[in-house]
Amino acid sequence: MTAATTDLVEGGANARKAGQYVYIAAVVLLCAWVLVPLYFLLINTLSSPETVNAYPKRFIPEFDLGSLTFFANFAGILTALKNSVLVAGLTMIMSITIGAPAGYALSRFDFRGKELFRLLVLLTRAFPLPLLALPLAVMFIRVGIDDTIFGLALVHTTLAIPFAVLITFSLFSGIPIELEEAAWTLGCNRLTAFQKVILPLVLPGITASAIFAFVISWNEVFAAAVLTIENRTLTAFLLQNLDTSPLHLKFAGGFILVVPALIFIFAVRKYLFAMWGIANR
Amino acid sequence: MAVIEIKNVAKRFGDYQALHDINLTIEDQEFMVLLGASGCGKSTLLRIICGLETATEGEVWIGGKRVDHLPPKDRGISMVFQNYAVFPHLTVFENIGFGLRMQKLPDNEVKRRVERTAGLMHIDQLLKRYSGELSGGQRQRVAVARALAMEPDVILMDEPLSNLDALLRMEMRAELKGVLAESNTTAIYVTHDQVEAMSMADRISVMHKGEIVQAASPIEVYRNPAAEFVAGFIGNPPMNFLPAKAAGDGKWEVAGNTFDGPASGAPLKFAIRPEDMHPSDSGIKAIAKVVEPLGAHLLVTCEVDGQLFRAVLESDLTVKAGDALMLAPHRDRVRWFDPQTTLAVA
Amino acid sequence: MNPRLLPYLLIAPVTLFLCLFFLYPFVLVAQQAFSNGSGFTLDNFRDVTSHWKFPISLRNTFLLALAVVPIQLALSLLMATMVNRMKRGRDLILYIWTIPLGISDLAAGIIWLAIFEQSGFLNSMMGGLGLIDSPTTFLSYSTPVMVFVAIMLAEIWRATAIMLVILVAGIGLIPKEYYEAGEVFGATPWQRFLKITLPMLRPSLQTALVLRVIMAFEVFAVVSALGGTLFPVLMGETYEYQFRLLNSGAAAAIALVILAISIAFTLIILRVLRVPKGATI
Repeated sequence: MTAATTDLVEGGANARKAGQYVYIAAVVLLCAWVLVPLYFLLINTLSSPETVNAYPKRFIPEFDLGSLTFFANFAGILTALKNSVLVAGLTMIMSITIGAPAGYALSRFDFRGKELFRLLVLLTRAFPLPLLALPLAVMFIRVGIDDTIFGLALVHTTLAIPFAVLITFSLFSGIPIELEEAAWTLGCNRLTAFQKVILPLVLPGITASAIFAFVISWNEVFAAAVLTIENRTLTAFLLQNLDTSPLHLKFAGGFILVVPALIFIFAVRKYLFAMWGIANR
Repeated sequence: MAVIEIKNVAKRFGDYQALHDINLTIEDQEFMVLLGASGCGKSTLLRIICGLETATEGEVWIGGKRVDHLPPKDRGISMVFQNYAVFPHLTVFENIGFGLRMQKLPDNEVKRRVERTAGLMHIDQLLKRYSGELSGGQRQRVAVARALAMEPDVILMDEPLSNLDALLRMEMRAELKGVLAESNTTAIYVTHDQVEAMSMADRISVMHKGEIVQAASPIEVYRNPAAEFVAGFIGNPPMNFLPAKAAGDGKWEVAGNTFDGPASGAPLKFAIRPEDMHPSDSGIKAIAKVVEPLGAHLLVTCEVDGQLFRAVLESDLTVKAGDALMLAPHRDRVRWFDPQTTLAVA
Repeated sequence: MNPRLLPYLLIAPVTLFLCLFFLYPFVLVAQQAFSNGSGFTLDNFRDVTSHWKFPISLRNTFLLALAVVPIQLALSLLMATMVNRMKRGRDLILYIWTIPLGISDLAAGIIWLAIFEQSGFLNSMMGGLGLIDSPTTFLSYSTPVMVFVAIMLAEIWRATAIMLVILVAGIGLIPKEYYEAGEVFGATPWQRFLKITLPMLRPSLQTALVLRVIMAFEVFAVVSALGGTLFPVLMGETYEYQFRLLNSGAAAAIALVILAISIAFTLIILRVLRVPKGATI
């Protein structure tokens, strides 16, 4: 009887232990699933062009900067890189300056048409927006901002605005209105209360959503390819030359595309979840 | 010197009438408590006085100046919030000095006033800390100190103690009363806690469904409730009611007893507080249902003619469920209400 | 200033921006698609749909969505529940798993190219293990299945993170008491997942699926990087019409087809996963 019970208990413990191992193995496996392809890209980037095109591949990088040097010297690519940074920077500034006030309005006021406005913003998120680059190309020619960094930044801002509004909305909602009211009773008007109390508290979050906007623009391919011809961004440049450019150029370019992403996810990781949590309510 | 006058103030949120035609004058240096259940409009009224909410109709005057069109900062008030609203990005010192800095006072004056009020609230040791490093009670002290440092004419408090635990609340209650009495400010204090109201107030305004039912001293509100609502809301357990039948000549028949009452023809309600009765040979016949020894007293829940009836009796009495009691009311504590208007009848 | 006007002032920039760069181009696309310069016509649609590549790209896009989205749904649910019971290392694991969120589809295509190209890591690995003698070609006309699998893997790798983030945020909103109650009433972990997590997660599932499905019909750069013209998809055809064939009317027509499919699927998802009124947390 006692022996049987101990057996049972041990059996349960063993099963739990086995489950624990399966669980840990699954976690490790899924991490590998994400990281190993990135590692392969890293190997290719840090190898000489000859090695990149050779077979078989080694599984350790040889730390040769040949591919990256080739990338840097490739005609037009540094301009493309510069364009990407400029467009993304502009997008970042525009989407925050335009989006944050709306996020604040959504979190602090009840007004007629609020639901309609929310719907408009959510609708934007649920649309294949890059498609709209097609008519905008025509419109931009008419206004004379075709093939410019500013024109593309406008389209990318449209992409980034729903996120900017939703993130800032959740940020402002996370700050009790009483803090603002307290500031008003202590001699602030709306503007000074915002400066002295709200802004210092949301600044890290605003930074995160600015980075988010930056990466949305940095990664966007279709609209960039449609709207720029001379002033290609990095993504548009790589896409256009996909069938003609050598492998080592692609991999080095891919690597340059990935680096900001890694930093970005690290910088905004705290806000990612808060943002989606509130967006669903 | 700040008398507060509220004239014909009404507030609507869409179709919902939160406040009906409120008229109230609060004297200089008076401690006024707005008391009521949640949703009665007491916080809305406070926020209208503060300027965080605009009244749909009516006027607010502070210190002889009409202020209802002014932003909060120009009303000469300061406020203590329910959730303290201590700024998390500033130290305790900067929190208390926040309003003074906004007034651009010189550094030494800010320092003097912060240190004085911090001393008053016993938080001089905490000046360098941030709100995250403080307990609830300490945050409360910071919030009060911040309001006092402004040396306002009027201090407004919105349930400032309701987030504290019971013991701390009792301690803070007494302390707050003392500090405010010394500061010579007019105070308006919103609460749903009748004990808090009774113990702190010079005058209580009992609010119900957007109206002030009675504004009087605590003892007056307790002894002579102006309406059934007040009688039922104040006092724990609340007042007992029984139907009374007119027996002519100002005599009323209540549960088989005859009492002297107002000379009125219409039927009335008889009311008596549970502690204003004693067991006797004659009186109201009550069947004990539940007996709860509360230490100092014995709370007996009874039935009188099928109606709920409570009595608070001496604790050394032996009563058990099912016993029949004869409860004799103290005649001068009996009150009468008109069931039509629910108002008190003298 | 009138405080009633303040919220409108704050949302004005976003509204204006979205009208100009979202609603207006949307009208323009429709106009372009339905006109041939002289008036209303369905010619563009007729041209586009009668082209031999259209049924293929339509089929490819659907096949890809059908293969990828269910796997991603299962995978992201699994990962989200795993993260949810994690105690140590939760932040690190979440960071790793969400890295692909910041990686553009072009970069993801390039990353998987490093694995599947002829001298790539898959061949090197199989060669190293002695499974093959010489490197095989995975991405060519003769291996349509491998092309599909490569694109599929790249898509799963890249876009599971967005669903994961939404679902993790959603699971975080479900109060722990429900699980405790489930446990008290004798529900097994699997039953708790089926009866508590899934139903309560519906709003998040909605958002995740809508976003993911829309992205699936927009698939473009991954396909370009891995399959080139081997695997035509709708978005790629739009790009072709706009640039190679310089037929913006046809490009607009396909864009409208993609839009219509996206909207149809969004409505279906919202309908299937709707939460009855009053049944929210």
